Amino acid sequence: MRTENEIIDDFTTREYEHGFVTDIDMDILPPGLNEEVVAFISAKKEEPEWLLEWRMKGYQAFLKSKMPEWQNFKAPDVDFQGISYYAAPKDQPKYDSLDEVDPELLRTYERLGIPLEEQKLLAGVAVDAVFDSVSIATTYKEELGKLGIIFCSMSEAVKNHPELVRKYLGTVVPYSDNIYASLNSAVFSDGSFVYIPEGVRCPMELSTYFRINAQNTGQFERTLIIAEKDSYVSYLEGCTAPQRDENQLHAAVVELVAMEGAEIKYSTVQNWFPGDEEGKGGIYNFVTKRGICKGDRSKISWTQVETGSSITWKYPSVILKGDDSVGEFYSVAVTKGKQIADTGTKINHIGKNTKSRIISKGISAGYSNNSYRGLVQIGKGAHKARNFTQCDSLLIGNRCGAHTFPYIESRNKTAMLEHEATTSKIGEDQIFYLNQRGIDPEKAVALIVNGYAKEVLSKLPMEFAVEAKKLLALTLEGSVG
Amino acid sequence: MLEIKNLHAVIDGNEVLKGLNLKVNAGEIHAIMGPNGSGKSSLASVLAGREEFEVTDGDVTYKGQDLLDMDPEIRARDGVFMAFQYPVEIPGVSNISFLKTAVNEVREHQKLEPLSARDFLKRTREMQELVQFDSALANRSLNEGFSGGEKKRNEIFQMAMLDPTLAILDETDSGLDIDALRIVADGVNKLHSKDKAFIIITHYQRLLDYIVPDFVHVLNDGQIVRSGDKNLALELEEKGYDWLKKEPVTS
Repeated sequence: MRTENEIIDDFTTREYEHGFVTDIDMDILPPGLNEEVVAFISAKKEEPEWLLEWRMKGYQAFLKSKMPEWQNFKAPDVDFQGISYYAAPKDQPKYDSLDEVDPELLRTYERLGIPLEEQKLLAGVAVDAVFDSVSIATTYKEELGKLGIIFCSMSEAVKNHPELVRKYLGTVVPYSDNIYASLNSAVFSDGSFVYIPEGVRCPMELSTYFRINAQNTGQFERTLIIAEKDSYVSYLEGCTAPQRDENQLHAAVVELVAMEGAEIKYSTVQNWFPGDEEGKGGIYNFVTKRGICKGDRSKISWTQVETGSSITWKYPSVILKGDDSVGEFYSVAVTKGKQIADTGTKINHIGKNTKSRIISKGISAGYSNNSYRGLVQIGKGAHKARNFTQCDSLLIGNRCGAHTFPYIESRNKTAMLEHEATTSKIGEDQIFYLNQRGIDPEKAVALIVNGYAKEVLSKLPMEFAVEAKKLLALTLEGSVG
Repeated sequence: MLEIKNLHAVIDGNEVLKGLNLKVNAGEIHAIMGPNGSGKSSLASVLAGREEFEVTDGDVTYKGQDLLDMDPEIRARDGVFMAFQYPVEIPGVSNISFLKTAVNEVREHQKLEPLSARDFLKRTREMQELVQFDSALANRSLNEGFSGGEKKRNEIFQMAMLDPTLAILDETDSGLDIDALRIVADGVNKLHSKDKAFIIITHYQRLLDYIVPDFVHVLNDGQIVRSGDKNLALELEEKGYDWLKKEPVTS
């Protein structure tokens, strides 16, 4: 095998780039992955050389990586050569009116209570001037700009703020982290970039929703959020409406950096296509998310509500490097049908007096399998570190599975760790009790599940929480009886 | 209001109701007594629509409809309320939001608008006072960590909120101290009116010191073996159930 440098040299000297220029109008690259594809993506995005080199390193790492084997399910054989790694951002609306959109999708939107204009946006229908996403985005951008906040797509950030991207990209999730992170490093299409300057409290929840145009960025997003000293930001990922994505593999990377006294709150409500009842189709949601509390007294919290995807495989993690820093992980993962979730977190206590809190609520129905996997590491220097972990599993029916894999590695005797775990079943008795009060079985399950997940749902920003509750009810529809 | 004819029901292969007959009119309070295992709670469960019980024969007519043909939630919306012997705990679901859902389901069935938050809270306060239910409990998770007595009193509070036509109290008095018993009985007496009927299932006579029934029925081996007025309860208290078991069945 050739060395890294040789390959990079090869690419920086060869004439292929011009060859690609003529192809630049094409919308989708044919399936396949090789150095040329990586170079093509980089060229198409007019990236600086250092980024191409970095992508190439990612590609090399990908080639050397092996599929993990420790997970609690059989990893699917992903045909990496069968995937197209570049599709041009779709500027054109997919449909002219809502009449052309899949009625089932619209019904779901309706039940989630999404306003009509928003439904159009989500479904990819052309919107009229009354509700123009671009102008909304512009308004917000101006407001944020006054505070010095940068909120843009990763591509824009590479163009307009290359020094920041170069300084932080890959510092939390290195290109060699794991096979999917390596793949992402090589071929990432776009994503979000957020920079909060020192002492600034971001006045609104930042959400990809405000960048509707960049929504169809595809399977390999890369998000980077930097919160400078004493700043605060809350970021919402995805939208609660189902994204009927035909793509199979979703391998995103999210990196968070919190400086001294800064706080980052990252919330996700994920509802991708879970596959049909037989377990065919659906998204492989293999995402690497990690944050570092770099400075003292910094804080990172992850909140996730995972209801979609055929396989959810991710562990949003926090490295607690600064003294007195705090990491939190709040999760609700729902699986039904033949869905699989193997999710949890990894908290790495390095600094003194670091604290972490993990609340995981798994809900399994149908034939699904739901695993919590968590690792709490206490380093030698993490004096008086504290961790509290609670993982609860709720079973609906008797054909599903719930599993818990908590790991603890402590190298400091002054650390205090607490772990609590429960498994319960939605009882016929509970459902009947609610029936007897006039509440039908579907609503009864929704009530019970929302009650069970309350502690996590309460961590979501309010509007998000309302939709997440509806989503939970909708997801579990038909799971009883 | 309610007419039960020749009701037979089976659970797990055992016949627990064996040809039960009972007629309840609006405004009446019926007490159903009997030894353990006589079928008292089975009767309550069948009337409320618990799935595990299979009705093998007989009819139940409620307000002119076939009750057995209705789903449990439809029965509830149509005014059938059961105070559970063992109320379940539902963690994380607040008593109040649960009740709001329930009350509005019933109202929707009656083609009424849902109660506004204000009206609902007003009603909640009134009913809490009426049945002496601690407002702190109303705001907690549904029955979670409640004592046995608190759970039973919550059943009466729910009954007050839902304002049923036919209320079935399944051994609500069991496990209650004398003060709680009085509060529960007091609640029932206040809610009782000429349009409503109560079926009070009890093992002991003492509840009937506070709630005066119009009829007392004795259940044995899945059938009503004796009916009478409130004096029958006193007689049972004195003699126990054994003397009834020996008598031939008359129906």
